[in-house]
Amino acid sequence: MDTPVLIEIKNLKTHFFLDEGTVQAVNGVDFTIHQHKTLCVVGESGCGKSVTARSILQIVDQPGRIVEGEILYHRPDRLSGVGLSEDLPSPNGAGGSSSTEIIDLAALDPRGREIREIRGQDISMIFQEPMTSLSPIHTVGNQITEAIKLHTDMLDDEADEHAIELLRRVGIPRPAERLETYPFELSGGMRQRVMIAMALSCNPALLIADEPTTAVDVTTQAQILELLEELQDDFGMAIMLITHDLGVVAEMADDVVVMYLGQVAERGDVESIFHDPKHPYTQALLKSIPRLGVSRTMQRLDSIRGMVPDPYNRPTGCMFGPRCDHFMPGRCDAINPPAIQLGDGREVHCLLYEDE
Amino acid sequence: MSAQQTNGSQHSTSANGSAAADNVLLDVKNLQKWFPITAGFFRRTIGHVKAVDDISFQVLQGETVGLVGESGCGKTTAGRCILRAYDLTGGQVLFQDHDGKMVDLGPLNNNEMKPYRQQVRMIFQDPFNSLNPRMPVSDIVGDPLKINKVAAGKELEDRVAALLARVGLRPEYMRRYPHAFSGGERQRIGIARALALDPRLVVADEAVSALDVSVRAQILNLIKDLQEEFNLTYLFVSHDLSVIEYICDRVVVMYVGKIVEVAETEELFAQPFHPYTEALLSAVPNPDPRMRQQKSRIVLEGDVADPANPPSGCYFHPRCRYVQDQCSLETPELREIAPGHYAACHFAEELTLTGVTASGELG
Repeated sequence: MDTPVLIEIKNLKTHFFLDEGTVQAVNGVDFTIHQHKTLCVVGESGCGKSVTARSILQIVDQPGRIVEGEILYHRPDRLSGVGLSEDLPSPNGAGGSSSTEIIDLAALDPRGREIREIRGQDISMIFQEPMTSLSPIHTVGNQITEAIKLHTDMLDDEADEHAIELLRRVGIPRPAERLETYPFELSGGMRQRVMIAMALSCNPALLIADEPTTAVDVTTQAQILELLEELQDDFGMAIMLITHDLGVVAEMADDVVVMYLGQVAERGDVESIFHDPKHPYTQALLKSIPRLGVSRTMQRLDSIRGMVPDPYNRPTGCMFGPRCDHFMPGRCDAINPPAIQLGDGREVHCLLYEDE
Repeated sequence: MSAQQTNGSQHSTSANGSAAADNVLLDVKNLQKWFPITAGFFRRTIGHVKAVDDISFQVLQGETVGLVGESGCGKTTAGRCILRAYDLTGGQVLFQDHDGKMVDLGPLNNNEMKPYRQQVRMIFQDPFNSLNPRMPVSDIVGDPLKINKVAAGKELEDRVAALLARVGLRPEYMRRYPHAFSGGERQRIGIARALALDPRLVVADEAVSALDVSVRAQILNLIKDLQEEFNLTYLFVSHDLSVIEYICDRVVVMYVGKIVEVAETEELFAQPFHPYTEALLSAVPNPDPRMRQQKSRIVLEGDVADPANPPSGCYFHPRCRYVQDQCSLETPELREIAPGHYAACHFAEELTLTGVTASGELG
């Protein structure tokens, strides 16, 4: 049932070295992304979900850098790709090696040639704010064809045609005219579609979507999520979706990673995360969201007490300890819980499950 | 909280609503706010963005009314008109004064507005931009008291300390500046500031939208608790339907500057009468992966209409799945479909729309 592994992250640590101290934004994260599947990374702001995604592409902002760990990219044999790939010449020019190539992205030079070849071609990313991530002074067509021309040997005309096809595919009306428009002329939803078209221009194996619907309205969000699902069927890429919205997770995910303060709290398939959450943080998070249809009968929401701790003063032991209802003095504040396997690909970082 | 429930059937949201009942705190009548579009060297007005176009609704004493809609629908503008942060283009904002008389806030000048600015307060969306970074918390919360000469000196300090304690902050921290606080704490400061003058009406504009999930629940609970304690009335502006459902007694749905539906929360969510409300409800992602297959999500096509150049007839007709010829010709009036339940749709009675059942399913 499981498709082949695409990305394997092992003990990833990305730290930011600031004057005030070191922020351990990502501190020992492990998870796997499978081909053609959707992995949702969920957590509150400051939990390191975006930094993890940026680490994969080696685009962590200064003064942050990957200090430890591996990001193994199992480069798929691209000739068997689906979707628009037949229009594209064989990527990376290697001429279709038949065996999977494994590249450790964490070891690559962030400015080097290898990672630049992967960015936008093998792995691409869409961001939260489509206004600030598109260039205001270049036309839509200009921005989409840039990536195509960089990674393939298409000529200008071919690249334009490919861009029009992509815009049509992401549901932009009159795509040929849109090539000449600037981002400010488009609505938020349309801009996000342009971002998606750009990200898919080289038929990537992995699309990282960092909060793609946070800045848009619910009805637009529904459109974008629907589009991502359709495109995944067509193009066959894996999606790593970063979000704080549990509703979006429930609608989109195959697998879920719950993060808290730079560490993985729990991971597993979407069904078990929502219906049998193990980590007290996941349990509390699920209880604290108002649910349509349910909440009108509720008097109060169960909230999680306290707040996410200051990154400079991380608690000792379990990161969630100070806010946890199952806190065990002497243990939770002393031991940083290791990964405990519960079978079926489920993994929880909590001492409550130590004996199992 | 209970007063308005017994009077539920008396709600009058139409413009010709009778003289206010005793418990009507805010009566918005035909409110209009148009922003001019200017062009050319002389800044000639060439058109108007009809941000709020002829809306009427009432807010009863002690109730929470939700104003919901997508961005650009005019919900924030409506809230700001009520606070008189904007001058009105037309219509009335009737507010019940302490002595029970209804006062129209619309034509008042700054001086005349002063007493009402104490009674109508606002909680802002963005806790990072709405607090002055150069003022310590004691000034942020205390200044409204000082300016209105409510308290001074030691008494002022005590009141600020009590307010901070009430919203769940440690009074010792009142000398600190906003940067020292997290998003949730800042929002608590914003709430304390809004409550400093014992307001009667609080306009909360997307008060929890910028907060994290775990903190959002705390703030929503706090807002509910404070309502009971201080007998507050809220106008809760939000785009998040699950939050609206949790906190509001009645909901006003807006689309491109107009009200499309008004009803008690339970009714609106269970049995919407306007196709836009139905689509909004169905667009909310359900936090239960098992619902994925069962759900037939209505995905609206296109974007929200441009308020500077709205479509003819019913503004929603280009995106409506039940559209008929009449819709593009005639503008539907907001009319009472069921007791206390108003909708602006020609076919409200004929359509069978899907709401959200109590179990969270769409059914």
